[in-house]
Amino acid sequence: MSILDHRSSGIETSEGAQEMTDRTSANAAELLRELGATLRMSEAEAQDLVGEGPSEDQTMIINMGPQHPSTHGVLRLMLELEGETVLRTKPIVGYLHTGMEKTGEDLTYLQGPTNVTRMDYAAPLFNELVFSLTTEKLLGIDEDIPARAQWIRMLLTEINRITSNLLFLATNGMDIGAVSMMLYGWRDREEGLRVLEMITGLRMNHNYIRPGGVAADLPDGWREAVLTFIDALPASLDEYDVLLTGQPIYRERLQGVGVITATEAIALGATGPILRSTGVPWDLRRDMPYLFYEQLDFDVVVGTYGDCFDRYAIRINEIRESIKIIRQILDLLPPGDYRIQDKKVTPPPRARIDESMEALIHHFKLFTEGFKVPAGEAYMAVESPRGELGCYIVSDGSAKPFRMHIRGPSFVNLQTLPHMMRGGLIADAVAVISSVDPIMGEVDR
Amino acid sequence: MADDTAIVDDAPAEDAPAPEAELFHGAPVTASHDQRVLHPDRADLASIVRTLRDDDGYNMCLDVTGVDYLGYEADRGLPDGVAPERFEVVVTLMSHTRRHRVRLRTQVPEADAAVPSLFDVHPGTEAMEREVFDLLGIAFDGHPDLTRILMPEDWVGHPLRKDEAIGRIPVQFKGSQDAR
Repeated sequence: MSILDHRSSGIETSEGAQEMTDRTSANAAELLRELGATLRMSEAEAQDLVGEGPSEDQTMIINMGPQHPSTHGVLRLMLELEGETVLRTKPIVGYLHTGMEKTGEDLTYLQGPTNVTRMDYAAPLFNELVFSLTTEKLLGIDEDIPARAQWIRMLLTEINRITSNLLFLATNGMDIGAVSMMLYGWRDREEGLRVLEMITGLRMNHNYIRPGGVAADLPDGWREAVLTFIDALPASLDEYDVLLTGQPIYRERLQGVGVITATEAIALGATGPILRSTGVPWDLRRDMPYLFYEQLDFDVVVGTYGDCFDRYAIRINEIRESIKIIRQILDLLPPGDYRIQDKKVTPPPRARIDESMEALIHHFKLFTEGFKVPAGEAYMAVESPRGELGCYIVSDGSAKPFRMHIRGPSFVNLQTLPHMMRGGLIADAVAVISSVDPIMGEVDR
Repeated sequence: MADDTAIVDDAPAEDAPAPEAELFHGAPVTASHDQRVLHPDRADLASIVRTLRDDDGYNMCLDVTGVDYLGYEADRGLPDGVAPERFEVVVTLMSHTRRHRVRLRTQVPEADAAVPSLFDVHPGTEAMEREVFDLLGIAFDGHPDLTRILMPEDWVGHPLRKDEAIGRIPVQFKGSQDAR
């Protein structure tokens, strides 16, 4: 049943009679305003409406989550249903809010990455990267970071992009019902995490990318580990193509489901695979290059229909692009320093501490007091697997940020849910949530 | 405005701009670390964002956030003629065609902490404005659903304000009178 049928049949939703113009006659802006991005009522009001009013027998408001297995953590959705058709959706977030932006105001710039890395926990290195880039911008040393450090950052974030997209493949498959995909995706992601663990020391929440460079140089045997990982992947991806991409049931579940247009995606601020699935070729790595991405050769994968299948296809093919990028990085990685040799930012090497009292004091001061960052404000952004991950820092000249704000792509992308779900079936809601790929740690921060 | 064309080109902003010399749609322009910053009056915020969208190609609103400058002692980087207030709403816009971002910093006084909502221009600002309202207590006039988004509905106060106490969760078993 389409929205138009719903209108002409004169059914009232629980919010009262909703006047809607014809989809074809209204322009996009009007349509957005009309359909609204959210269910415009408070949670208490909605509770009161459940089970009363004249429309009781026609629409129903149900809660999905926050403990529903396919809501990726603690996302709660309030759905208004008419039979099996979703009329309106309101994402309710905040269950994972731990005040990380407030915490960030109490941590030095050296401790900052430890804090922000826990936001998007599926792609932690991107958080560290964007925080470090912003801090370096404020320090005015963004041009002086050694090339090797920047290339190591690119290498690690691309490995992280692969593991994040593999996590998406695993959960997407599981949400649709292809449970075997969950195991395969998790297995391959674990291989990637093993490489990250070898290089950074931790599987997740690495705190490896820091203002000034990276925490340590690449360890012995890293090249073989990375090569083993990316050499094994293409065969796995081909296997997933057989298992999912070409499989009729999978396509039926995803194609034409959760459609969003380019105009709507741009108006709603959606970035990343959601924007690209509508055919907008926008990737910060290519369009506003940071680090050394302008020296690399890779394709920006775009979709056509803006549906769940396009978003799936974009992510699986971005893994292939990342493999391509990593192979180029392996060839181009220069020798040199892995962190800036600026004594204000970089602590002395461990070996110096044993022989020099000054080095010990210097090290101690850096890690207790931190380094002072000149007053000012800056916004930097990187292309995370979910879209534009931005960081806005206001410094007052002390060793701690005066205000630290992270623009999480999942938080903004979640607003597209009501549009994608509208008029669809309740059974497709799971597929749509999955294709947005929200990470609630980043949404709630 | 005559000097508009001089500013909309893609050339990176100069390092040391004369703050009062540049005006863009009536708003003073500064550069912060090579990033272009506009300082519109809060009454003009929505109209400037609309003009930037319609005429200058800034088609996407990336971010709306706020800053509480209470107790900030350093130079805030404001141009002449912009009076500093306690709060600031910071809007980041993106132009896909120009491949350029612009930031709008709007001063919001403590006594009347409200700015016009950008929802009519960019519907994607809805969640972000709710977040600023929730965490900083800045109201957005014309927002369709201005409620708390991250904090619990019955929460009192706005956590990101600088005068909001932190770390004051009472520990039940330490010196508690009614613990048996």
